[in-house]
Amino acid sequence: MTLIKRFIYSQKIAPYVFILPFVLVFAIFWAYPLLNSFEMSFQKVSLGQESSWAGVNNYTKLMGDTVFLKAVGNSFIYMVITLVILIPLPMLFAVLLNSKFMWGREFFKASFFFPALTSVVVAGTIFRLMFGEMEGSMINNILASINIEPVKFLKGQVTGLIALVALATWRWMGVNMLYFLSGLKNIPDDYYEAAAIDGASKSQQFFKITIPLLKPTSIYVLTISIYAGLAMFTESMMLWNGNNSPKNIGLTIVGYLYRQGIEKNNLGYAAAVGIVLLAITMIINITQLTISGMFKKEEQS
Amino acid sequence: MIKRWLSLAVVVSMFAMLIACSGGNGGNNGGNKGGSDAVIDGGADETATELSYWTFVELHGQLFETMLPKWNTANPERQIKLNVSVMPYDDMHNKLSIAIQTGVGAPDIADIELGKFPDFLAGTPQLEPLNDVIDPYRDTVVESRINLYTKDGKNYGIDSHVGASVAYYNVELLEQAGVDYTTIETWEDFKQAGIKLYEETGKYMGTADTSALWQLSQLLAQQGSDLTDDNGIPQVNTPEAIRALTMLKDLQDNNVIATIAGGQPDTEEAYGEFNAGNYATAFLPFWFMSRYTNYMGELSGKIALAPIPVLEKGMPRSVGGGGTGTVVTKTAVDVQLAKDFLAFAKLTEDANIEIWNTLGFDPLNMNVWEMEEVTHNPENTFVKYFVNNPFDVLNDIKSEIEMIKSTSASPTINNVLGTITLNEIFEDGRDVTEALNDAQAQIEQELK
Repeated sequence: MTLIKRFIYSQKIAPYVFILPFVLVFAIFWAYPLLNSFEMSFQKVSLGQESSWAGVNNYTKLMGDTVFLKAVGNSFIYMVITLVILIPLPMLFAVLLNSKFMWGREFFKASFFFPALTSVVVAGTIFRLMFGEMEGSMINNILASINIEPVKFLKGQVTGLIALVALATWRWMGVNMLYFLSGLKNIPDDYYEAAAIDGASKSQQFFKITIPLLKPTSIYVLTISIYAGLAMFTESMMLWNGNNSPKNIGLTIVGYLYRQGIEKNNLGYAAAVGIVLLAITMIINITQLTISGMFKKEEQS
Repeated sequence: MIKRWLSLAVVVSMFAMLIACSGGNGGNNGGNKGGSDAVIDGGADETATELSYWTFVELHGQLFETMLPKWNTANPERQIKLNVSVMPYDDMHNKLSIAIQTGVGAPDIADIELGKFPDFLAGTPQLEPLNDVIDPYRDTVVESRINLYTKDGKNYGIDSHVGASVAYYNVELLEQAGVDYTTIETWEDFKQAGIKLYEETGKYMGTADTSALWQLSQLLAQQGSDLTDDNGIPQVNTPEAIRALTMLKDLQDNNVIATIAGGQPDTEEAYGEFNAGNYATAFLPFWFMSRYTNYMGELSGKIALAPIPVLEKGMPRSVGGGGTGTVVTKTAVDVQLAKDFLAFAKLTEDANIEIWNTLGFDPLNMNVWEMEEVTHNPENTFVKYFVNNPFDVLNDIKSEIEMIKSTSASPTINNVLGTITLNEIFEDGRDVTEALNDAQAQIEQELK
């Protein structure tokens, strides 16, 4: 007993004991599945059968797979559009909400954040009904009041994307806005006062003070948005009530992974899809982080 | 000192609450999510074995509900309680696939739809062969329906019906345009009737399906063709397929048929459209009758069955469509009991009479088709609902029911045609030959 006590309380060993739970969880639930997936992507794996070695067959098949390329295209376009909408707008709203003249601040914070708390499944189903193709559906009703013919939203590439982006915007606007709000809190008011004394206008203050000082927050939001956009699956599945959208307009990379792995029991191929997703996301994120100088040493400010 | 004990007590009670909560929820989550659950006891006592049954159509559970009390009365030493779970189509098949392959959490009995069945037969099927319980009934049931669910001579699934495809005409709507459905024999007749209907009422004669292959299968079978060749290799761009879809496209161009919400008649959105009288015809298997009685109450007394129109007189007028093989899994709690009950509930003559009475299906035992007192029973829901007697039509086309094979390529074929090709042709107006050639290339690529 005292031996164990000495072991745990010793100066050298104690730190490792403290981090042991985290390391275990990390190794079992993160590192091992990752390495296993990597191995599986070089095999032909099906539940209930023996796995066989397939070399780079899965990857070469992926390159020629038009459905996969469509899924990558869909995910990519979705990601870009969500970046364009879900970074500037929340930033703007955060600044507005933070300004001295805003009333009902807590109310707006809560109501913008609220959609993020809803279940994606429920929200997706409601949006699917809203964007339904018959005249009775909500959006078509609104369009009818301005004399536009009903649109079959979920059957066209562009209109389907509109519905998807609407769902994403409704859901994530509040979350990103809160990130930016907390980032804004870190900017001392003195800077704004000093700038106002020097005669800077509101927009100059915004572009010269707010945006540069929000850089860490923006980089963070950008990084997670890139990942979230590329890995989106549930919203698409709920909007089209399953993984099989007409002409695969709603198919995303993870959607394709699900189709191959679960629906067709082709787990090796699905693992390859997953590894490719990892590679794409890493490349984009590392590029974007390098450009924004995250990896440079702290320069003198 | 007290503070230390207090904080310790708080931490311990927090843990206790956490464990208690997760324990409670864990128990409930052991069942299924997103579906409905019901236990049918059929008069069973405490010695009954509880069997679990998964399906994607609530109606199928009702057949078992009717047969279970009869089983329990006839077999007092081997009574059964049935736990029925109904889940959406894709969900149920995905969950079942994983459960069967991993050997954990699978039900004792399950429905597997024909379109998904080949996936479950891949490699070594983890299902129990049913040959021994089917043997006593082999001469009374339609052999091709058993062959659909067979691999290497072992039968794995028992179907409920033949699924003969027929046409369902909204007689009331057609009368408004002065169209008599009994005169429609060829697609040319259909086209003329449709043009007249559209001129008079602005309603469509039929649907241009984009998410299901009912119409394509019917037209291929008429021409003696199939979606796969004799070796099971996909062939979706044959001249017959091109002729079929070109003919349908021509109908669409003349406003005889149009795409429908939901993509095909057997969806919730489409039931609404039919109920509102916006489409006059549906071409679907016999089991579609139960959708009318369950979901389209407005049309009671207005729908008549008839053989499907043909491209040329003399072509076979029907094809078996759809199908669900009920299987027994290897992990069933009592395999022999499950198999015996399954055969009792689906293959006996009594069962086949119930299959007509409760489910409105064309039963596998074709002797039942001849039994007037069963098929023309005036109390039967379906006899009351439809304008003419369904079995009169069925007996007319009895010897013309073709078969579209189900192979390991079928799920891929269904997926590609039903999500991409038909949409390209009927929603985007793409050229039929090009679209089918692309589909063929796509299917070959996916199956490599």
